[in-house]
Amino acid sequence: MNAKGFVHKYPDNVDTDVIIPARYLNTSDPKELAAHCMEDIDTEFVKKVRPGDIMVAGFNFGCGSSREHAPLVIKTCGVSCVIAKTFARIFYRNAINIGLPILECPAAAEAIQDGDEVSVDFDTGLITNHTRNESYQAEAFPPFIQEIISAGGLMNSIKQQNKQ
Amino acid sequence: MGMTMTQKILAAHAGLDSVKAGQLISARLDQVLGNDITGAVAVDVFRAQGFDHVFDKSRVNLVLDHFTPNKDIKAAQQSKKCRDFAREFGIENFFDVGDMGIEHALLPEKGIVTAGDCVIGADSHTCTYGALGAFSTGVGSTDMAAGMAVGYTWFKVPAAIRVELKGKLRPRVSGKDVILYLIGQIGVDGALYKSLEFQGEGVAALSMDDRLCICNMAIEAGAKNGIFPVDETTIAYLTGRSRRPWTVYAADPDAEYEQTITIDLSALEPQVAWPHLPENTHPAREGKEIPIDQVVIGSCTNGRLEDMQTAYEILKGRHVAKGVRTIIIPATQAIYKECIRRGWLEAFVDAGCVVSTPTCGPCCGGYMGILAEGERCVSTTNRNFVGRMGHVKSEIYLASPATAAASAFTGFITDPTEAE
Ligand code: SF4
Repeated sequence: MNAKGFVHKYPDNVDTDVIIPARYLNTSDPKELAAHCMEDIDTEFVKKVRPGDIMVAGFNFGCGSSREHAPLVIKTCGVSCVIAKTFARIFYRNAINIGLPILECPAAAEAIQDGDEVSVDFDTGLITNHTRNESYQAEAFPPFIQEIISAGGLMNSIKQQNKQ
Repeated sequence: MGMTMTQKILAAHAGLDSVKAGQLISARLDQVLGNDITGAVAVDVFRAQGFDHVFDKSRVNLVLDHFTPNKDIKAAQQSKKCRDFAREFGIENFFDVGDMGIEHALLPEKGIVTAGDCVIGADSHTCTYGALGAFSTGVGSTDMAAGMAVGYTWFKVPAAIRVELKGKLRPRVSGKDVILYLIGQIGVDGALYKSLEFQGEGVAALSMDDRLCICNMAIEAGAKNGIFPVDETTIAYLTGRSRRPWTVYAADPDAEYEQTITIDLSALEPQVAWPHLPENTHPAREGKEIPIDQVVIGSCTNGRLEDMQTAYEILKGRHVAKGVRTIIIPATQAIYKECIRRGWLEAFVDAGCVVSTPTCGPCCGGYMGILAEGERCVSTTNRNFVGRMGHVKSEIYLASPATAAASAFTGFITDPTEAE
């Protein structure tokens, strides 16, 4: 599995209230919500983002609320992968559960700049920066997460286990 | 090697003799929780997978607290999804308008969560119940749906940070000041993926409301959970309240901690987190130059009876400063009723405050006190992120009920220990 796209870069501590403000959560329709993705720190994001684009951020990405709407709207906007120095733990769990690929890689998050063209190989964790001719090595997913992903998300993997 | 309190609870629920940090386990769940926002998503996921029953009707909790009484049509539709689900699947712990409260104030109060439990909730502040000596942590809606279906989930066993508490808080300094101070010390990702284990002789003098407030904000340091030892205060709280027998777990003497932070409670002064991160803490006395437009006293952090009492003691017989809109929200129906019985609500109204039925309301920018551009609020809630309570250019200052009430009275950020 691979991703390739242009980068939207954000700072440390991007919280779930910025990714999707709670004031819009009176609906759970991902398309409706996606129109407000990142709007409190980047009003241009939803206009600029193209399918396959990659989000890059600093430490503690996705901190704050447990809302699964956060990874969901990022995915719905067409983002193919989020690379950060670290992720907040509930966001990490949610992203895996709903099938948004995420990678922790401080070196990549430091070096990659806004607008760079980047590709990611999820099987190996290799991140390639085509704009700067650099590459960075992230850790590939641990086996249990690979299991969830290969089953097509948490619910499917639970159903499979229940059948066994 | 020994285990921390958190690790012991996880080992017991995984059916293992011991676990260590970093280990992946599958653990049995005592309670699963969701609200009108996250529960609605979980209901969709649950139904889409075609499950025809929940694992245990007495262990699934749905609390409609965020946008209720429903603030608009969309919120009403979302709540209805939860209401229909609760009826169809026979959910016993379903709390709607009339008997609901803010989930993390409600579940301990009703005795639904007890010491030794392993709990997940589709709300990040599920970590609140660590105050009772339980392991509890926030998850997403898909996790909740899976938990409702099968009654177990996977965890990565967390490493731990020990927080050693010494001494005793001075009057008008509370649990909120303790946790704000700690977050200021270690940062909003200072405990990422870890458990915060509160220990030391200082624990004994902390009330249950203080402990609930402290554990509530463990997530604001990135922690997986916060947890207090079970002592006389815990047992007194659980007795006559807990619906199930409880189990007391204690950390092994040789448990491993990555770090120890010591806090001298007797030296602590009131803390305020300036916008826009909970780690941006200052002593409240530095806020004298900062005029405010609104005060909110409530939420799952500080909407409990002791919080109401503090606000009452500071505001009774006085009037809030002109131009400061002061909104007081008792967190549950029981607290609301007790405030009525004791005459506190009348005192609040006489002081120029408004009092609301239990709801999350302004805490997450839902309704009931949204800020305009440039406005400032001193709030007893737990997050001061950009846009959390309204306009992206509004500001939230996180504080204790004492600081919030004293600030409502003066019209600027005020140290409550200096005000009286
Ligand atoms: S009061 Fe605020 S933090 Fe607590 S559950 Fe409600 S919205 Fe979340």
